[in-house]
Amino acid sequence: MSDHIVSWKVYVGVFLALVALTVTTVVAASYDFGPLNVIVALGIAITKATLVVLFFMHARYAGGLTRLVVLSGVAFFFILVFLTMSDYVTRSWSLTGAS
Amino acid sequence: MPEASAPPAQGPLAHHFANLKQQKHAAVLGMWVFIAQEVLFFGGLFATYAVYAMKYKEAFEAGSGHLNWKIGFFNTLVLIASSLTMAMGVHSAALGRSRRIVGWLLATVFLGTVFLGVKYFEYGEKIAPCFGMGAGPGCLVPGQLFDASVLHVAADVAPETQIFYSLYFAMTGLHALHMIVGIPIILWIAHAAWKGRYSPAWHTPVEIVGLYWHFVDIIWIFLFPLLYLMGRH
Repeated sequence: MSDHIVSWKVYVGVFLALVALTVTTVVAASYDFGPLNVIVALGIAITKATLVVLFFMHARYAGGLTRLVVLSGVAFFFILVFLTMSDYVTRSWSLTGAS
Repeated sequence: MPEASAPPAQGPLAHHFANLKQQKHAAVLGMWVFIAQEVLFFGGLFATYAVYAMKYKEAFEAGSGHLNWKIGFFNTLVLIASSLTMAMGVHSAALGRSRRIVGWLLATVFLGTVFLGVKYFEYGEKIAPCFGMGAGPGCLVPGQLFDASVLHVAADVAPETQIFYSLYFAMTGLHALHMIVGIPIILWIAHAAWKGRYSPAWHTPVEIVGLYWHFVDIIWIFLFPLLYLMGRH
């Protein structure tokens, strides 16, 4: 079998990183970064999710076809949010400059 | 025939696969396709949240600020720990240690149950006051009984806080439903591990349920900051 057997220490390391990032997101939430608040929170969440996908879900050791499916899931979610927001964000825009 | 020289198959090899490796790759790929579909299933709710959080910023910050972030923080740690125990279960399966698989899977089920137990009290505090019961601050189920006074918002913003709580219940509810579905499946696989059905060569069900559980963890990783932390600034 081509099973990649990773040391259990890798899993514990990923777990500790996830705990540290969870603490970071809570601490960051007590500061006001203005419009960057959501960016900071989502940036930390995306980092955590990436760690889970790569190490816990073994995507790092997976073949090309599996990686393609993982990326397509992310890509289609991006299309869903991007096209939806491109509509809602621009509804109040006006060609004449009046809001 | 090249298959003839292959080592004897351990575990159930379906006749339409050449070998266990190919069978496993098909199963793992299929699970990832399912997860990609789940991303878009939850994605609709996340997109809805994004639109309304932008449109009704003040109401969403008030609604989020009323949620107890400490409970959400605790549950995040519980769920991350359950992902670790699940990863260790899959690790034990790859090493062929059946008894350890059972231990790690039961630990995962325990942590998942703790998460749902906390969620039960969290929901109860918001739902019970609608029926005149419980010690919660006020009814927070969207609808006629919704009591926006506990959120301390302006009268014109109050109705919009119901949208936050609609999404709160829909998103955490769908997430909790995934856990409720996952726990019996993990127990079923733990039972099969106890019977010694898995080997280093074939333990695909353990891997597949692991992928599912980690995906459910990822959803919560996004729900926690979006629902519990947006109102803390």
